[in-house]
Amino acid sequence: MRVVLAEDHALLRAGLTQLLEAKGFTVLHAVDNLPALERALEDPAAEAAVVDVRMPPSFTDEGLRAAIAVRARRPGFPVLVLSQYVEQLYARELLASGEGAVGYLLKDRVSDVAEFVDALRRVADGATVLDPSVVAAVLERRRDSPIERLTDREREVLALMAEGRANAGIAQALVVSEKAVAKHINGIFAKLDLPADTDDHRRVRAVLAWLKV
Amino acid sequence: MSRWPEHDVAARAGRWEATGYAALHVLLLAPLVVVLVLTLVSAALVVVWVGVLLLAGVLPVMRVLVGWHRTMSGRMLGAPATAPYLPLPGGPIANLQVRAADPMTWRDLLWILWAVTLGFVVSLLAVVLLLGVVTWPVWWYGVGPLMRARACVDRALLTVGRTEHLERRVQALTESRAVVVDHSAAELRRIERDLHDGPQARLAAVSLSLGLADDLFETDPDAARRLVNDARSTSSTALGELRDVVRGIHPPVLADRGLTGAVSALALDMALPVELALDVPRRLPAPVESAVYFTVAECLANAGKHAGADQTWISLRHADGVLRGEVGDDGRGGADPTSGSGLQGVAARLAAFDGILSVSSPAGGPTVVSWEVPCG
Repeated sequence: MRVVLAEDHALLRAGLTQLLEAKGFTVLHAVDNLPALERALEDPAAEAAVVDVRMPPSFTDEGLRAAIAVRARRPGFPVLVLSQYVEQLYARELLASGEGAVGYLLKDRVSDVAEFVDALRRVADGATVLDPSVVAAVLERRRDSPIERLTDREREVLALMAEGRANAGIAQALVVSEKAVAKHINGIFAKLDLPADTDDHRRVRAVLAWLKV
Repeated sequence: MSRWPEHDVAARAGRWEATGYAALHVLLLAPLVVVLVLTLVSAALVVVWVGVLLLAGVLPVMRVLVGWHRTMSGRMLGAPATAPYLPLPGGPIANLQVRAADPMTWRDLLWILWAVTLGFVVSLLAVVLLLGVVTWPVWWYGVGPLMRARACVDRALLTVGRTEHLERRVQALTESRAVVVDHSAAELRRIERDLHDGPQARLAAVSLSLGLADDLFETDPDAARRLVNDARSTSSTALGELRDVVRGIHPPVLADRGLTGAVSALALDMALPVELALDVPRRLPAPVESAVYFTVAECLANAGKHAGADQTWISLRHADGVLRGEVGDDGRGGADPTSGSGLQGVAARLAAFDGILSVSSPAGGPTVVSWEVPCG
């Protein structure tokens, strides 16, 4: 898979390039600032992007804005946003930029190479992958939404769905059978009144409902 | 603070206006005498607590009456006269304490003594000169200087001079600067301690683990791998701690999105529902943004931890060069702003920009913390 990588820190950029190349990705462009990133995202050969939030010229949230902009231009273009900080505010903005094919992770997660590469593949396949810390923060909130109708177990399943896990991954994390997971997921879909659609879209919608985007 | 106004001859009051004020002075004699007597009586009765009640009622009335005269003297001289009272904290008891201790209250009393005696005679004379028909020529030429002379005395007693005004300003700035310097020194110590106990110690451990792993690489690859894994998880923890430290210094979302975005982000992170009313159309100076952000964060943290609230609300509004803000919750109230260091710390930060913070938290709630910060 051909990806665009944007990271202003030279050491991290080299490290990420090395990691991605080692895992079978082709790094088409490795850039360190916003104008270069915008040019790289114009490349029709690019299939996905891994983008740092903070970059030159203003060192604020240009990576995030570029990610949202490219998804407006190329709907469904897979983007994995990396940041030293995760903000629920930014997670919502990313999710609002179109259904699926989007990820938002703390930079530290890169240290678990297998997980990170898996997350990037899932984003490229159209899944939504949120950092566990965003998921945990949302779980802490009291809310008056259809989410209240879910059982504790269903909420655990939904949280893992938000982290972008497939049924097998959820079953493994909760130590239950995949069949049980599928049952819980159907319960979630029913309680959230999600229309019949492809399974992938319903999963994304469930996560969006949960974040109240 | 407003610039000390220059006298403007063109804006001075004319003969008729001056005589009108003189008539008002005469009419207001009775209320002034009543207020003076009531104040003296209630001051004498303060030992029995009836006096306190009486004083709480009569002092605000006195301010209103004196305020009218202050306005009239300003109009006479063509330059507004401002009232240099100390800011009121909010609660009825605290307000009374501040009013009674305010040197301006004593000057007001002194002024009443002048206004019901000599001052009254001057104003009465101006009215009589007009009513006396044959004295009209004297009135025509005399009423202006006469009433301006009275207004000068009024003004001297009812406002503070430029020097005194500046002295007060210097005093206030010296105090707020001392508090801010103290506060930032304490913050630096806290940050140093947090870095030392957290990330610094962990990075030392990471480097130790990696050194050991390097040593064991050939002889015991399994142990080496375990050490590398340890190093990875320790560095993750160190990064998490660094994030917390940085958030405490200057939250990245504040730099990215300004006050409105950062306060919305705070609201999203709250476990309680938060109602937002934000009207800050443009970016404010960074130090003000930061001070206000930490004020909101502190208030929300208190509401979440202590108040037992079900609902909180935040309002921020920037208009006419003043940022007004408020954080409230429907919790149990009874918060004491002087007990915790948190609110005092943010109050000191706001004071550095001439901001004023007040807390209203009656037992049973609601708790409302509000503030005003002048900023262009």
